Amino acid sequence: MRRKKDRPGKAGPEKSAFTRRDFLKGAGVTVSGGLLVGGTVASAAPPGSEAGFVGPGAVPVTLRVNGKVHKLNLEPRVTLLDALRDRLSITGSKKVCDRATCGACTMMIDRKPVYGCTVLAIEAQGHNITTIEGLASDGKLAPVMEAFVQHDAQQCGFCTPGFVMACTAYLERDQNPTMEEISKNLGGNICRCGTYWGIRHAVLEASKGMKGGAHGNV
Amino acid sequence: MATCKYDWPPEGHRGLIGKSVERLDGPHKSSGRAQYTYDTNPSGRLIAKLCSCPYAHAKVTSIDVSAAQKLPGVKAVLVVHPAGDEIQWAGDEVAVVAATTEEIAEDAVRLIKVEYQQLPHLVREEDLQKAQQAGRTKEGGEQTAGDPAKAFQEADLVISEGTYGVPVITHCCLESHGSVVEWPDAKSIRIWSSTQNVSGSPGQLGQGLRLKKVDIEDNNIETICNYIGGGFGSKFSPDRWGIEAAQLSKMAGGAPVRLMLDRDRELQMAGCRPSAYAKVRVAAKKDGTLTAWDSESWGTGGPGPAGHPPLPYVIQPPNHHWKHTAVLANIGEARAWRAPNHPQACLITMSALDDLACKLDMDPIELLKKNVNLAPPVLRRAYSEELVKAAELADWKKNWHPRGDKTAGHIKRGMGVSMHTWGGRGHNSTCNITIRPDGSVTAQLGSQDLGTGTRTVIAITVAETLGLPVDAVKVEIGTSKYPPSGASGGSTTVGGVSNSTRRGAVDARDELFAAVAPSLGVQPADLEAWNGKIQVKSDPSKCLAWKDACAKLGVKTIQSTGKNPGPCHLGDSGVGGVQIADVSVDTETGQVKVNHIVAAQDCGLIIDMKTAESQVYGALIMGVTYALFEQKVMDEALGVMLNPNMEFYKLATVGDFGEFTVHMMTGPGYDERGVIGLGEPPVISPGAAISNAVANAIGVRVPTLPLTPDKVLAALEKGAMA
Repeated sequence: MRRKKDRPGKAGPEKSAFTRRDFLKGAGVTVSGGLLVGGTVASAAPPGSEAGFVGPGAVPVTLRVNGKVHKLNLEPRVTLLDALRDRLSITGSKKVCDRATCGACTMMIDRKPVYGCTVLAIEAQGHNITTIEGLASDGKLAPVMEAFVQHDAQQCGFCTPGFVMACTAYLERDQNPTMEEISKNLGGNICRCGTYWGIRHAVLEASKGMKGGAHGNV
Repeated sequence: MATCKYDWPPEGHRGLIGKSVERLDGPHKSSGRAQYTYDTNPSGRLIAKLCSCPYAHAKVTSIDVSAAQKLPGVKAVLVVHPAGDEIQWAGDEVAVVAATTEEIAEDAVRLIKVEYQQLPHLVREEDLQKAQQAGRTKEGGEQTAGDPAKAFQEADLVISEGTYGVPVITHCCLESHGSVVEWPDAKSIRIWSSTQNVSGSPGQLGQGLRLKKVDIEDNNIETICNYIGGGFGSKFSPDRWGIEAAQLSKMAGGAPVRLMLDRDRELQMAGCRPSAYAKVRVAAKKDGTLTAWDSESWGTGGPGPAGHPPLPYVIQPPNHHWKHTAVLANIGEARAWRAPNHPQACLITMSALDDLACKLDMDPIELLKKNVNLAPPVLRRAYSEELVKAAELADWKKNWHPRGDKTAGHIKRGMGVSMHTWGGRGHNSTCNITIRPDGSVTAQLGSQDLGTGTRTVIAITVAETLGLPVDAVKVEIGTSKYPPSGASGGSTTVGGVSNSTRRGAVDARDELFAAVAPSLGVQPADLEAWNGKIQVKSDPSKCLAWKDACAKLGVKTIQSTGKNPGPCHLGDSGVGGVQIADVSVDTETGQVKVNHIVAAQDCGLIIDMKTAESQVYGALIMGVTYALFEQKVMDEALGVMLNPNMEFYKLATVGDFGEFTVHMMTGPGYDERGVIGLGEPPVISPGAAISNAVANAIGVRVPTLPLTPDKVLAALEKGAMA
């Protein structure tokens, strides 16, 4: 009945060959292509790697997160999600399924939504990474965040940052969704408390706000 | 009229209670600023991983951790199950490792060599005879009321027989179970724990550690939980692995150790909702008056007994007999799951009554109405009103048809009804209220907010009592250093914290009245707190703004303590609820689609309508999930869980249901009961209501949940052959 891959709206790096740590263990990593984002290959081989191998030991990694550059030393098998959470303490993106099913780690790479648990940190070099922390500016809530509060689209809140990211990315692509389209297009994120009722209404509300706001076109 | 000083303000005198107030911590959560246990990342933090047993039932014959200990970056290795220990479920940890990074910890786990002697296991319980033959059953209770044997022999009865069941499901909390633990000094522990039980946790951890010969006083343990990513009844204790994390931290010189379960372990062993299957016979006179019930039920909640479903549920025929058998299975431990044992009992009973209604050629709502006098007396009025309200909101009279949608085509539509109950009396709670001379107000409780809105309820209660806006109240919860409050389980929190907070806030307010009365030239009893002012009841123009009133305290700070239980009637126990589901079933594919669910629910006096309604919406979605998708699928031969991940342990997504209509029963008859919990009740009925709707649509019963396409098609095939 529910098949993630049949659903539109979440074309992410999980379709890339570089998706599972286990493939990469022990033999070093080929970094030839770069990052598959939104179904297109972005050319961004990590600096210094050419088309060769890196690892398995730690290598220098540079990540641009929410506009700020971070220099790290990481084994190539470290995921972007783990690098952000464990090394940089940027913890808004949550680790839940750790295999591209639940969407709790949804972040944006060059404004396209991805599951951070299935992108390697080394793959994300040279790209602009946006996490939930980078969405609100000047301490003000972004329109989607406000709509989530207003429609009580959150209970325990653990899926919320991922949902806010997915909804934001979705509304940047489609500013006039119907309720039916919202239900179809946000199937890449899972909530256990059952906040979907509020989420549907929050997204509809936020689409109105974004059309008039800084993010969207009227 | 109010006759006791702590009483809730009557209708017409409430500024906030019962209104829709946005949750206090909503902005923190939606912006990603809320810090959960899993997000706790103190400097020098180690990461722990489990070395788990791959077998459902085995004896450890040898374990060698020496290679793991030697791996650079590994700081501590603890053997949990030495040679000779017996393992009761796959996934159970035999050793734990703490290392500087997650990757090193995973490598170290792979270096641990464990040898096992496999033992016979049992992981499937649907076939009771098979479990009995394997010697894996235990009596789970039996009860008789009236004379059921005789009652079934009466003339002119309609008797319905059926088998119904609900499989084991898991909690699948999005934040997995676990903690971050450190020893700031040799005698004390600080633990960030994903827990439903902040105040109780130090005692549990201390006891667990002392059993492991680790010296610690409960007084020297602080438990912190500001935010928890789901619990649903599975997070009442620090767990074995919380104790192990504390041991690892001690071994590593006190360094913080993070031990959060990986998703597969979370689903394998962090909680099973017990299954329940039952063979039922139920009898009624031809007019629908229920006379007799007999059920033989069985189920498993893991290797130990896990209670029994309360059968017959809600509606108790005068003559009834039930007998339950516990199947002891190697599937992980049972844990309370939102409304323990009620959804199972509800599915069994309401399915049986629905089948009986069909046999009686009766509208199932009429059958429930006819027998509402067999429900607990305190709930009869609520049920009667809720059956009427839910039917009206679902347009039952127009949309319902007798069993089997006779219209052409392969999409069949049907409706089903169910009713449920729960207790929900407030737990023991202590609240400290502080009012400072600058007007600032703080409420402190050793409680936790599971996402139900606990912080918001506390703030509303204080604000209502002191006549302030919600954002004027600072709510501090989430550490065991605050006054003790009960665990959040069984829908006990809203009653507990609102009642203790009300008592504390009334005392604080009265102390303030005493301090300001002289300057207004009246007695303290002549004052009221309303709309940001302390004013004279008979002449509101004589008043002081809140800050000016507090300034009269001089250098004195007001501190009061409220407790629950305590004086005056502020809460109660026992709620009812009725739900109606409307579904479509594709008879070619077997797919079930939930079009609409109506929920009519009472829970006494509602503090915050917004978070109350959210509880019901969320429960309906959880209900759709266990009705249609969820099952802990165990492999009979290997003894392992086949779906310990989120792609095959299926949860509903945003598009997996249609419309919901939630109606909270409020006003006279409900409000004066005081505050009663709401977390459990609305999750009880969806399974039964949806199952009944499917039977109504396709004309045959799909006997067990989840109502997956294969089972729907099998039921259709069997129905066609009958």
